[in-house]
Amino acid sequence: MMRIVYTKPKSMKDVPTHYCPGCGHGIIHRLICEIVDELGIREDLIGICPVGCSVVAYNYFDFDMIEVAHGRAPAVATGVKRSRPDKVVFTYQGDGDLASIGMAEIIHAAARGEAFTVVFVNNAIYGMTGGQMAPTTLLGQKTTTTPFGRDHKMEGYPIKIPELLSSLPGAWYLERVAVNSPGNIRKTKKAIKKAFLTQIEKNKFSLVEVLSPCPTSWRLSPVDAIKWMEEQMIPYYGLGTIKDEGIQVVREK
Amino acid sequence: MKKLLLSGNEALAEGAVRAGCRCYFGYPITPQSEIPAYMAKRLRQVGGVFLQAESEIAAINMVYGAAATGMRAMTSSSGPGISLKQEGLSYLAGAQLPALVVNVMRGGPGLGNIAPSQSDYFQATKGGGHGDYHLIVLAPFSVQEMADFPHLAFDLADKYRNPVMILADAILGQMMEAVELKNNEKNRLIEKPWAVTGARGRPQNIIRSLFLKEGELEAHNKLLQKKYRIMKKNEVRYQLTGDPDPEVLLVAYGSMARVCMYIMPRLKKIGVRTSLIRPITLWPFPYDIIEDISKKVKFIFVLEMSEGQMLEDVKLASREKCPVYFYGRMGGGVPEPEEVLTKIEEVLKVESKRKNYKIRR
Ligand SMILES: Cc1ncc(C[n+]2csc(CCOP(=O)(O)OP(=O)(O)O)c2C)c(N)n1
Ligand code: SF4
Repeated sequence: MMRIVYTKPKSMKDVPTHYCPGCGHGIIHRLICEIVDELGIREDLIGICPVGCSVVAYNYFDFDMIEVAHGRAPAVATGVKRSRPDKVVFTYQGDGDLASIGMAEIIHAAARGEAFTVVFVNNAIYGMTGGQMAPTTLLGQKTTTTPFGRDHKMEGYPIKIPELLSSLPGAWYLERVAVNSPGNIRKTKKAIKKAFLTQIEKNKFSLVEVLSPCPTSWRLSPVDAIKWMEEQMIPYYGLGTIKDEGIQVVREK
Repeated sequence: MKKLLLSGNEALAEGAVRAGCRCYFGYPITPQSEIPAYMAKRLRQVGGVFLQAESEIAAINMVYGAAATGMRAMTSSSGPGISLKQEGLSYLAGAQLPALVVNVMRGGPGLGNIAPSQSDYFQATKGGGHGDYHLIVLAPFSVQEMADFPHLAFDLADKYRNPVMILADAILGQMMEAVELKNNEKNRLIEKPWAVTGARGRPQNIIRSLFLKEGELEAHNKLLQKKYRIMKKNEVRYQLTGDPDPEVLLVAYGSMARVCMYIMPRLKKIGVRTSLIRPITLWPFPYDIIEDISKKVKFIFVLEMSEGQMLEDVKLASREKCPVYFYGRMGGGVPEPEEVLTKIEEVLKVESKRKNYKIRR
């Protein structure tokens, strides 16, 4: 007897993606689709993709999608979730999008405790526009707009978003993961699933930051990009749970 | 029907609720703050959503999200806030989402002041945000119309899948008049098969304004332009009052139309046959009727609380068939009936010296 152990998730379209070789977006897309299938939420799901390399994620996700302006996904998600509280809503945002132009929107959505899930893809650079500095670019990292490497005296320090949000009571579940190895990819899936469950079970705000390679803008081969992630990015940012108020239903007296 | 004494802003808010608006997102700014205050209470009563956003940018994007799910959603603001909403308006137009945006105009540019003004006409009717797009722009002139226009606005927005703006000013927002409120929720839940509500028993729906494949965006723009042409054909609205055979045509909208209506009997008394065109849709603009009348009158007189913004459309409409005169004040200056009358009398003097000009007195 043969057993199928690996197949395309139902909520993922059977098309090649436009992502570069070694890009993390495709892996993260697939994980989301696996989770959507496992939780059986495809028909109640509304995904929101702002500007960035993954702006056309609706070409790969086979569920309802809204494409939105740069940085504004948390505001749009607020409008969606508030008007349709019975739906499951998530945003899929890059680091330029979320941590730079959309900083106000993400902080206030977390502060209000909006009941949607954020998948925050941190590749330490602006991918779509050709490799400019992001707020998450590491010190010393060369980009087209920091040709001599990011200098904290000039450009300040990279921002750790979950840590920044963790002081807000509205932020329920915050975790940082990475897609550099099979083990970490499994952990990424677990975290994103938990983030969706935080929304579904607890009606609370959750954000998972995914450290993700961008070999093209880093000017590295896919293999060297993984190495750079492991030697530079993961040590700086650190992986793990930043905040978890729990999804077990606590009986209130 | 029973009449109520309401301010323009309150009437507009109640009118919106009665038109089926169940989602309001906004950020405080004078002179429209009565609208969110009213909505905060009222939407709770009807099970709707009221949210004070962190900025106007967030507010318009919340509207974008709610509209994408098929809800009747609105925001309101004034000058500085409306400027911040331009990005969102362009996206709403590009993604073809119906929504209502209200601008209770105040003086500009910059922070300006909080006094009445009509200086956002260009911004409202000529684009405002990036790209080839148009809003339908409605200009109320009474508290009754403040109450009635949200219904018209939502119906037009849904019909054309296009954002609609109500362009009022601080006078209309703050003044109180007796109004009759109508119940007209029937279109609230019209079918929106394009809305994102979860792909249950149907293929995926996508709301978007990005079209990267070659020729796709041009085709999308052509589709939008076709829609705008239909609006121009079917949705032009104006009020024409006064002498059926005028020698002077006044053109004014919103609160300035009220000033014109006030002085028209005085002009009649001194023997000047005057009529008034009050554009109700500033976009699409009533070019044709103005062109028609400009062939018959000695001159046109335009009154605005700006340095002549609608004036450009009136000139375009008149096709130089007659001279077009203008009087306006800026920065919160409100033209008084007496000063407008004086201006018109000055023009009458100038014009009567011209050849072929006979004003019957
Ligand atoms: C208002 C606005 N400013 C700038 C841009 C150009 N732009 C497109 S994507 C992008 C940055 C994307 O970077 P990131 O969010 O990190 O996502 P990535 O492409 O790396 O996945 C920028 C600046 C835009 N589309 N809109
Ligand atoms: S530029 Fe970077 S983020 Fe964008 S597709 Fe290529 S590898 Fe991925």
